[in-house]
Amino acid sequence: MSRELTHPLPRSWWLKRPPYFRFMMRELTSVAVFAYTPLLIWALWSAADAASFSVFYEFLRGPLSVWLHVVVLVLAVYHTGTWIALTPSVLVLWRNDEQVDPNLITGTTAMLFLSVSVGVVWLVLV
Amino acid sequence: METFQHDVLIVGGGGAGLRAAIAIARDHPDVGVGVISKVYPMRSHTVAAEGGAAAVISPTDSLDDHAYDTISGSDWLADQDAVEILVENASKELLQLEHWGCPWSREPDGRISVRPFGGMKLERTWYAADKTGFHLLHTLFQTSLKYDAINRYDEWFVTSLIVADGRCQGVTAIEIRTGEMHPIGARSVILCTGGAGRVYPFTTNGNIKTGDGMALAYRAGVPLKDMEFVQYHPTGLPGTGILITEAARGEGGILVNKEGRRYLQNYDLGQPLDINDPNHPQKQTMELGPRDRLSQAFIKEREAGRTFEGPDGDYVHLDIRHLGEREIDRKIPMVRELAVRYVGIDPVHKPIPVRTVVHYMMGGIDTDTNGATSLPGLFAAGECACVSVNGANRLGSNSLTEILVFGARAASVAVDQAGQVPPPSNQLLTTSARSQEMKLKATLLHPNGGSDTVSGIRTALQETLEEGAGIFRDGATLERTCASIAQLQDRYEKLSLVDTSRTFNTDLVAALELGAMLEIGEAIAHSALARTESRGSHQRTDHPDRDDDGFLRHSLAFRGEGDPTIEYKEVTVTRWPPSERVYGRA
Amino acid sequence: MPEQTVLEVYRYLPDEETEPRFQSYEITYRDSWVVLDALDHIKTEIDPTLSFRWSCRMGVCGSCGMTVNGEPKLTCETFIRDYNTETIKIEPLAHFPVIRDLVINMQDFMEKLPTVSPWLITDEDKPLEAGEYLQTPAQMARYKRFSMCINCMLCYSACPVYGLNSLFTGPAALALAERYNLDSRDEGTQERSDVVTAHDGIWRCTYVGECTKVCPKDVDPAGAIQMLKLSYALDWAKSLVLPGRGR
Repeated sequence: MSRELTHPLPRSWWLKRPPYFRFMMRELTSVAVFAYTPLLIWALWSAADAASFSVFYEFLRGPLSVWLHVVVLVLAVYHTGTWIALTPSVLVLWRNDEQVDPNLITGTTAMLFLSVSVGVVWLVLV
Repeated sequence: METFQHDVLIVGGGGAGLRAAIAIARDHPDVGVGVISKVYPMRSHTVAAEGGAAAVISPTDSLDDHAYDTISGSDWLADQDAVEILVENASKELLQLEHWGCPWSREPDGRISVRPFGGMKLERTWYAADKTGFHLLHTLFQTSLKYDAINRYDEWFVTSLIVADGRCQGVTAIEIRTGEMHPIGARSVILCTGGAGRVYPFTTNGNIKTGDGMALAYRAGVPLKDMEFVQYHPTGLPGTGILITEAARGEGGILVNKEGRRYLQNYDLGQPLDINDPNHPQKQTMELGPRDRLSQAFIKEREAGRTFEGPDGDYVHLDIRHLGEREIDRKIPMVRELAVRYVGIDPVHKPIPVRTVVHYMMGGIDTDTNGATSLPGLFAAGECACVSVNGANRLGSNSLTEILVFGARAASVAVDQAGQVPPPSNQLLTTSARSQEMKLKATLLHPNGGSDTVSGIRTALQETLEEGAGIFRDGATLERTCASIAQLQDRYEKLSLVDTSRTFNTDLVAALELGAMLEIGEAIAHSALARTESRGSHQRTDHPDRDDDGFLRHSLAFRGEGDPTIEYKEVTVTRWPPSERVYGRA
Repeated sequence: MPEQTVLEVYRYLPDEETEPRFQSYEITYRDSWVVLDALDHIKTEIDPTLSFRWSCRMGVCGSCGMTVNGEPKLTCETFIRDYNTETIKIEPLAHFPVIRDLVINMQDFMEKLPTVSPWLITDEDKPLEAGEYLQTPAQMARYKRFSMCINCMLCYSACPVYGLNSLFTGPAALALAERYNLDSRDEGTQERSDVVTAHDGIWRCTYVGECTKVCPKDVDPAGAIQMLKLSYALDWAKSLVLPGRGR
């Protein structure tokens, strides 16, 4: 009987090929999005009385918080980008027997996302 | 050693084999069927067919027209009863494929679309863009998965037919993965092993097309019929021999020599119409003439010095630029894909270099119209068989139809016959496999210090066949070819392999294939030598005319101790008496 | 112009060795050579013991998939001239058991393929006399891309999900399920749902997307799987809102 060789993937498999690495980074960015949730919970909890809210407010103004927000923003934007890039795979539109250009779908989704974001920012700031 | 048994065993998992298997599994669910193939079924060479499959569908077309075109295309060597069966069942079979999911190209209203093809009077070639064989094979393969009754032996190589009590009772085969020899018993065996283009040095055929099934039958005493008829396709890519489909000309492509002339007009194929003329391309004229005539014209042009010279041999231009990018991408995308990739030429902007290339074996295992051979229990269908519907020259797009029609037909008769005989005894099966194993160990796998190699003998065979049994032949050269094949056979007898391991030994498989190729080469050369006339693809420069009195007959090559014996058998003529083949004359 | 290069080829001869090794072959190649030509040259001229699968050498039979310099490739379509590395490393496709040298065991795929029912399923058999199922070019275009799969296994070799857990149904098989689901003649979407939406079906896919990138026939299995996720999720949602009204 012949002996067949198997080469199980090593734990470091995602370091072997750049696309795998980028995939892992994409998945890791979701951790950043998740990591923001404790902050939101803290915000809700501290809203109960003025004293604890001012503690929270002071934290928000602190340098640690600013850095945290910048990092999370970058990672969240990256993560969102990967989702937008994925849309034409799921949303396949047809004009008769010709497929609508995937770039058009990505572009439209990106524009939608941007305008909603700008809208939210405008609501908060103005 | 394990022993297996089925009622019907099909050798080969290409179009003919899978069609046969489905026919049995669907229509006779109580019959056990095995499919044994040296490759996974979807690797079979049906996959490489491009242009399409012929069947009458248009209201202005008729079965008689399809039959007449086929018979005239065959230079009257086809059996007309067989051709009638082919054309009558053609559209039913292609529709069946449609019902199984084959993505035939469509008209805007959703009906099947047909295109013109060489030698055909009307548009009757169904196509799936220019990957017709690929879609056909994968549709058949995927549909076959539906039937649990089909037992597959993927990557098993058949080494011999088990013949006892005057009938075929199964095969012995090597499971390539393990190298073990096993017998598979059967009450009927259908050979669907395809052609043998690899016996030539330059072919469109894949590496697997080595005539294994033809050789199995030949060794079992079944004659090979009309083996001298070898089809050269006029448009292969130089260097690789990759096929550029006839559909390129069906859609309007033209052939041009180095002087810019559509040279086919010099060879009694009619006068060219301007490429912008609404009637271009004209059916059965110029570029839509039959393959034998176009390939012969190429050789004449080359002799006249009007072909281009390239590093991979002389060539002419196939020009499809006038079709435009959109039409090319819709109708013949693979032509573009292949030209860009393999010769670095985008046919949207530049003509494609093409040359003649061995493409198809008209000859094969002698069968009747049911696929039955002279050996009871043994059937054959597809390119390995010669029914004969192709005679001296096959029309493009008839072969995909043939594998379906005759694959299904052979299956049904094989099932009937299987019911009338007992299964083979276990003792017969094990003895047969043991003796094959011993033979293997005493020959190829027995180191004897010889320095010959599989590729050495193979290359010599390919070269001598091209030299003697190419597009134009003559007696003296053919005699030399016959003699050198005999020498190569002696060398093969003494061949022993460096690699005597058992696990996936591809050198062993290649050596067994080479054994088959030598048998095929012998049958081709001797049949060609014996036929002292010119007909269709068999052109003897020393006998340039067709001789109906002497040779309106099929050649039958019987394997002998030394040279094969060549006998003849009458051609069946039903309604179309032999006459001149006319192309391009109004 | 002939040029020289070195092919570093993965060798494993199970009848003689327990471990794989690499063997270097120095070759002179022509500009028109693909990797497969070089391997065939080695087999016929240098070393007949080297084993690999090949047939059509025109990119349609799907036999000759291998790993070339770390990337899954159809070697009949991969030109040596495109590599300017000192050596070219040829290995069997990843994620499959190796039978010998460059030959992998793809039985796993052959067993998975039938489970997704890759054939046309209709509620009633239409008789042949009734003619063809009408299908406009636009309807055909919906599934055509997914019907181009040659089963070359490059996608499985590129998919780390399959590499980590071979229970995953995998890209090619799932793309073929979607090929039939999208066919206007087919009514088998529901029937395929059990296998396709099973634990090891579409939901195992984490959309690495490499299957699509390595596909030599532009099939986009990753896209097919995401479309399957969406359509089966919508079916599920519909069945919640309108019980008994699923597809």
